[in-house]
Amino acid sequence: MNLSLALWLTQDAVVNGAVYALLALALIVVYTVTRVIFVPQGEFISFAALSLATLQNGKVPGTVHLLIATGLVVAVLDGWRMAKTRDFSRLPRLVLFNIALPLAVAALAWWSASRPTDVWLQVLVTLGIVIPFGSMIYRLAYQPLASASILVLLIVSVAVHYMMVGLGLVFFGGEGLRASIFPGFNFDVGILTISLQSIGIVLSSVVLMVVLWLYFGYTVYGKALRATAMNRIGSRLVGISTEFSGKLSFTLAALIGAISGILIAPITTVYYDTGFLIALKGFVGAIIGGMGSYPIAAVGSLLVGFLESYSSFWASSFKESIIFTLIIPVLLWRSLGKHRIEEEEEE
Amino acid sequence: MSATLEVEKLAVSYDKVEALHGASLRVDKGSIVTVIGPNGAGKTTMLAAMMGLLPSRGAIVYGGRDISMMPVEARVDEGLCLVPERRELFSEMSVEDNLLLGAFSRIRRGAGKIDGDIEEIFTRFPRLKERRRQLAGTLSGGERQMLALGRALMAKPQLLMLDEPSLGLAPRIVRDIFHVIASLRSSGVSILLVEQNARAALQVADYGYVLELGEVVLEGPAASLVTNPRVAETYLGLAGAAD
Ligand SMILES: Nc1ncnc2c1ncn2[C@@H]1O[C@H](COP(=O)(O)OP(=O)(O)OP(=O)(O)O)[C@@H](O)[C@H]1O
Ligand SMILES: [Mg+2]
Repeated sequence: MNLSLALWLTQDAVVNGAVYALLALALIVVYTVTRVIFVPQGEFISFAALSLATLQNGKVPGTVHLLIATGLVVAVLDGWRMAKTRDFSRLPRLVLFNIALPLAVAALAWWSASRPTDVWLQVLVTLGIVIPFGSMIYRLAYQPLASASILVLLIVSVAVHYMMVGLGLVFFGGEGLRASIFPGFNFDVGILTISLQSIGIVLSSVVLMVVLWLYFGYTVYGKALRATAMNRIGSRLVGISTEFSGKLSFTLAALIGAISGILIAPITTVYYDTGFLIALKGFVGAIIGGMGSYPIAAVGSLLVGFLESYSSFWASSFKESIIFTLIIPVLLWRSLGKHRIEEEEEE
Repeated sequence: MSATLEVEKLAVSYDKVEALHGASLRVDKGSIVTVIGPNGAGKTTMLAAMMGLLPSRGAIVYGGRDISMMPVEARVDEGLCLVPERRELFSEMSVEDNLLLGAFSRIRRGAGKIDGDIEEIFTRFPRLKERRRQLAGTLSGGERQMLALGRALMAKPQLLMLDEPSLGLAPRIVRDIFHVIASLRSSGVSILLVEQNARAALQVADYGYVLELGEVVLEGPAASLVTNPRVAETYLGLAGAAD
């Protein structure tokens, strides 16, 4: 192996690791706030990448219809609950987010499909399609079970995952798609050829991480999410409802998933089930961070990126096995120390 | 006087064991009501049920409405506030952030600047001001009590429920805390006070209940409870008084 190859593999590792780190963050936020191990995180990636590619092919992706339908179901369920309690104060909000917003996104998507070269519009529409799914999925699948055990929530996650993968197959078919957002442009730094794509991905990830760090550190809602992760009873006692923190954390997860999907769409051919494997690698990073410590998880995700890139060179057919085998020693090492992943039975 | 809170036959069970067997209680507007009783009597259980942390049977009428089906957060929005026995602070956050989040329910409903309210808490508890950037988890026991009370006050409650606010405190700080409680009443807040320190509680309260084994066994104006021989013997430690 020579230096330029090593540098090239490193570039690959950093690019993938940055995306895994984002996904690890999403998984940790969702887990610490709601105790949900969010298996379907990867589906946001597939949905986003494939929706973007479909828009670039001049078609309206099926996810738009799913968004409208899901929004309607949420509106009916919540509307019914309002009718029962005769409290209609939140009706405008309900209509705005679950009916008006999906319709607006659909209109934009339709317009965007006729403009295949308008990349920023496509990115905007893709975000508009994927992000609302976060709170809708929470509302439909998890909110009714907010006090269930971690195991039950995990089983629900697996079910939601299979459902979304299946819908992905229906909407996008079995073929892989690729999109482009940054112009395919390379430049040389010494012996290393750096693509604009990889710089775009790493920069975007870093920017998103900084934004999220500011959000969690300096805004009331970000602090409220951290408070919920720290002390569930304490947070309820100051009026942070489970519904509020659940929807907000799932929205952040969808946002991170959507952005990751848009970022990787140009460098990977994405199939309807690609997202799962990518998110699983973020999950390995999150596990390294004990599902609680984000800085360790970020470093762990980079490690996963390196392991993946170098093992794809030396033992490409064992690439995935090597990465996922990593979970075992990590868990052993973690369980030797004080265990952080605790089931909160006492409430 | 009108009742802020009226609880009718409140019963709470843990799994199959009933811990509270139909207790009734009433807190008048702007008054201090205390509940005293031995360990394991069900005091904490009762407060948790009134706050909505535990499912219960019976009626909980607050401000003229039955709130027994309301979730915790909605009760907070309505001005009901609990300082729980275990305080439940956000231990990896600063004192200031804990106070800020105390006002979360008001902020979400559109309260503007709350910096002034935080300053107000700091004038009440100057100790907290010195430690405003310290993490709540590193505070001393007494400072933690102050922070728990301060965080609850940030919600501007109409009815404040306190579970043993003097737990483990030095006598001087107990005096301070009871001073704050008395001053809250004069600003119109109703208070439900659960205490082991029966003497201090009955001194500051208008009315009192004695809870034993999940049942109200005695109630009356605080002044008459102090002189009640049974209370005096069991809760005020005056062994001779009953003879
Ligand atoms: N989570 C629980 N599961 C089962 N039983 C419980 C639980 N919490 C409390 N109990 C029981 O309910 C009864 C009342 O407890 P509670 O904490 O309300 O008493 P208390 O009056 O607050 O006592 P103390 O003065 O010691 O704080 C006790 O017998 C206790 O063992
Ligand atoms: Mg107690």
